[in-house]
Amino acid sequence: MGLFKKTPKNLPEYWSKYESLFKDPQSKNFDELIFVVLDTETTGFSFEDDRILSIGAVKIKKETISVQDVFDIYLTQEKFNKETVHVHGLLKNGQRECISEILALEKFLEYVGNAIIVAHHAGFDMGMLNTALVRHGLPKLKNTVLDTSVIYKKTLIKSYLVQPKPSYTLDELAEKFSISKKDRHTALGDAYITAVAFLKIISRLKEKKNFSLKSLIR
Amino acid sequence: MKNLISERVADFIKNYPPFNVLDSKSLFQLAEQVLIVYKEKNSIIFSVDESQHSHFYLVHKGAVTLSNPATSNILDFCDEGDIFGLRPLFANENYKLEARAHEESILYGIPIDIFRPIAKENEEVTVFLMESFASNTRNPYAKNQKGQLYESDDNETISNEVIIPDLQLASYSKKLVTCSTRTTIQKAAEIMTKRQIGSILVIRKDLPVGIITDKDFRNKVISGKQPITATVKSIMTTPVITYPKNLTITQAQMAMMKSNISHLVITEDGTPNSAALGILSKHDVMVSLGDNPAVLVKAIKRTSKIKKIKQLRKSVMVLLTGYLEQNIPLGLIAKIISELNDTCIKQVVEISIAKMDTPPPAKFAWLALGSQGRSEQLLHTDQDNALVFEDVPEEDLPKTTTYFLNLSKHITKALNTIGYEYCPADMMASNPKWCLSLQEWKNKLSYWIGNPGPNEVLMSSIFFDYSLAYGERNLLDNMSEHIFRTVEKYPVFLVHLANGALQSPSPTGFFRQFVVEQDGQHKDSFDLKSRALRPLIDAARVLILSHSVKAISNTWERYEKLAELEPNNQELYLACSYATKALLKFRTRQGLANHDSGRFIQLDQLSKQEKMKLKRTFKAIKEIQELITLRFKVTNILG
Repeated sequence: MGLFKKTPKNLPEYWSKYESLFKDPQSKNFDELIFVVLDTETTGFSFEDDRILSIGAVKIKKETISVQDVFDIYLTQEKFNKETVHVHGLLKNGQRECISEILALEKFLEYVGNAIIVAHHAGFDMGMLNTALVRHGLPKLKNTVLDTSVIYKKTLIKSYLVQPKPSYTLDELAEKFSISKKDRHTALGDAYITAVAFLKIISRLKEKKNFSLKSLIR
Repeated sequence: MKNLISERVADFIKNYPPFNVLDSKSLFQLAEQVLIVYKEKNSIIFSVDESQHSHFYLVHKGAVTLSNPATSNILDFCDEGDIFGLRPLFANENYKLEARAHEESILYGIPIDIFRPIAKENEEVTVFLMESFASNTRNPYAKNQKGQLYESDDNETISNEVIIPDLQLASYSKKLVTCSTRTTIQKAAEIMTKRQIGSILVIRKDLPVGIITDKDFRNKVISGKQPITATVKSIMTTPVITYPKNLTITQAQMAMMKSNISHLVITEDGTPNSAALGILSKHDVMVSLGDNPAVLVKAIKRTSKIKKIKQLRKSVMVLLTGYLEQNIPLGLIAKIISELNDTCIKQVVEISIAKMDTPPPAKFAWLALGSQGRSEQLLHTDQDNALVFEDVPEEDLPKTTTYFLNLSKHITKALNTIGYEYCPADMMASNPKWCLSLQEWKNKLSYWIGNPGPNEVLMSSIFFDYSLAYGERNLLDNMSEHIFRTVEKYPVFLVHLANGALQSPSPTGFFRQFVVEQDGQHKDSFDLKSRALRPLIDAARVLILSHSVKAISNTWERYEKLAELEPNNQELYLACSYATKALLKFRTRQGLANHDSGRFIQLDQLSKQEKMKLKRTFKAIKEIQELITLRFKVTNILG
C-alpha cells in the first residue's frame, strides 16, 4: 500500500518537526507516557461542511496536569452555523481572541507532539482535526488515539445485568466518577472532565491482568 | 495564562485558609501555576526523608493521611480543602512524615516560589501559617494513645511535627440555648423539649450563672421539692464550671471527673466573669473519642448531612481496629459494626427521602445484598443493593418506578459519598433491573429458579443473601416465601446452586501448598475471598435454602442453624462456622493493615502460625464441598 501513498511535497517545517518526533518508539513503561486529552467544539457534525470553533486540551504527565500547560484556542470562522451556537455558547468572533484555522493547527501540532491523544468519542474529534489538516494540504495526525467512551467499558464487569450500552456520554462518566460538570460544553472544560475520567479509568484498569497501552487500544 | 481551568482552581482554593484572605489578583496568579495531581488510593505523595517538592498540596477531592511509618501512627488526616506538606518547605528541610492517599484523590500542587512572596506580603496569611505550625491542632482522627503524652522513642527533631492526640481540641456546641434566672421551671423544660437538648444555660446580665440538666428536673422537681411554677434559680446547679476555649479532650475529661459533672461552660476568658461561648458535654467528649458504639449510633441518627456521616464512619473504623486489637470474638464485632453500618444506611435513606420533592408514593424496602446482606461487611467495600416496592395499580406503575429509581440514584450517590464504591457489575437499586415492584420481583425470581443457567445461578447467589436495610419487612418476607415455594416446585435449582458452590478454585495444590495468583496485579498473593471464603458462603446458602430456613443470611449463623437441624453433621457445620469467622477476621486484619479490601494476602508476610491457622480452615472447606457433592448428586446430573 505504501507504494501508492501520495507523499505531498513542500510540507512546512513545523510538520517535519512534528513528524520527526515519531521516529523513536514510545516508552514501554505506561507511567512514563505523556497524554494529551482534547476536545473540540464545532459548528456541527459533518466533517466536510462544519468547522472547528475551538480546541481545548490538557497534558497529563505522571498523573499530573499543569494548569499552565493547557491548550485553549478559538478559531476565526468564515462559515457560521446558527443552530449550534446556543449549545456551546460560542459566538462568532465573540470576546475571545481568535486565530486562523491553519495557525491553530500549527500550534496544536506543536503542543501535542508525539503524545498519546485521549478524547471522548475520539473518532469525531480526530475526524474534524484530520479533515482540517487535509484541507490545508497536510497529512493526517500520526498519534496513537485512545477513546474514553471505549476504555470506560473495560472497567465494567461483564454480567447479565450490565448490557454495556453501545456508548456512554461524557455526562454519564462525570456522574459515575463524581466529577463536577462545571464548564461543560467548552472545549477546555470538556477536555478537563475527560482527563479526570481518564485518570480514574486507568487506575481501575491497572488492577487487571495484562494491563498495557496495547490492551487499551483494542 | 488565565484559562477556564485556572478559574476552576481559583474558585475552589478561595474558600479555604490561608487562600481565603488573598485578593483575587494573587489568587489567580497562584491558580495559574497550580499542578493538578491525581493519586490512586494508597499511593504515596511523599515519603520520609524525601527531598522537598517544589509544591505543597491542597486536597481537592479525596483524603490524605500523614503518618510516621516507623510507628505506623496516623498523625493527621487531611480532607477536602486541607493543606499539607507546607512546613518542610518553609523550614527548608526534608519531609518528616509520609503522605499517602487514603482514598482516590485529586490534589492541587501549589508552587512554593509563587506562594512565598504572597505569604510574606499578607500578614493574615503569615499569622495563619504561624498558628498552624505552632499548634498542629487540626487532627480529629489521630491514633489514640491514652496515657502517653510523648512518644518515648522519638528524637527531638520529629517531636515538633508530631501531634499529640491527647492535645486534641475538644469540639463543643456553639449553639447556646439559654434562659434567664427568672424563667419558670416549666418554661425552661418547654424550651429544652422544643430544641431537643439535655441541658440549658442560665444567664444573668450576659454572664453564665448556672446550668440545668435533665437530672435536675428529676431530682428537684418531679420529686416534689420545687413546683414547676418556681424559677429556674431554685433548681440550677451553680456556680458553673467554666473553661476557656481550646480545651483539650483530656482536660475536659479530667475536669468532668474532678467535679463529677457532665457539662462544662466555655467562656471567653475561661472565668464565669465573661460571656459564654458554648457548652461542652460528656457526649461531645465521647463523640470525639469515638470509642463507644452507642454514642456513634446517636451521632449518626442526629445528623442530616451526608458528609458528617462520612466522618463518623471513620470513627467506626477506629472502633473496628480497636476491637480486633483487643481480640474480641468476631461474631460480636460483626454484630456491632453491621449495626453501625445499618444505621448509616438508614440515615442515608432518610436524608435522601427528605431531598425528594414528595414522600414515597408506595411502601418500599431497601435491601442490602451480598456481604452487607450477610452482615459480614466489616471493611468498606462495594455497594450491592436493591429496592422493592408494594404492588400498585398498573396505570401507576411507570410513575412509581420512576420515583423509586430517582430515589435510588440519590441513595447510591450518597452511599458513594460516604465510602461505598459503586458496584462495578451495577447491582444497585439505581439500575432499573434492581428497582422493581413486588410482583415484578416475583416474576424475576421465578424465572431465575425455573431457568437456572450460569447467570441466573450467579444472580440468585448474590440476591439470596439479602437483608432489610430500610423500610417494610413484610415485602421482604413475601419475597422469601415466594422463593421457597418456587424452589420446592423446581428442586433441580438446588442442584445448580450446589454446582455453583463447587466452582470456586481450590485453596491448596496437590502438595498442600497455597495456590497463588499467576498473573495480574496480585501475582503471587493468595486470593482469600474466592479461594477460601466464597466456598463456605456458597455452601451455607444452598444448604440453608434446602431446609427452607428464612431470615438467616449470615454465614456462620447459617452453619450454627444447620448444626442444630442436622445433629449427625454437627461437628462439620460448627467447624465451618468457626472457619468462616476465622477467615473473615483474617481478611479484616489484612484489609486494615493494608488499607484495602483484604482480599489478597501476601503469603510471605504471614507467620508460620498464621499459615497453619489458614490451612486448618481449608480442611472444613474440603469436607463441606464433599458433603454438597454427595447430597445434591451434582456429578450425576451435570457430568
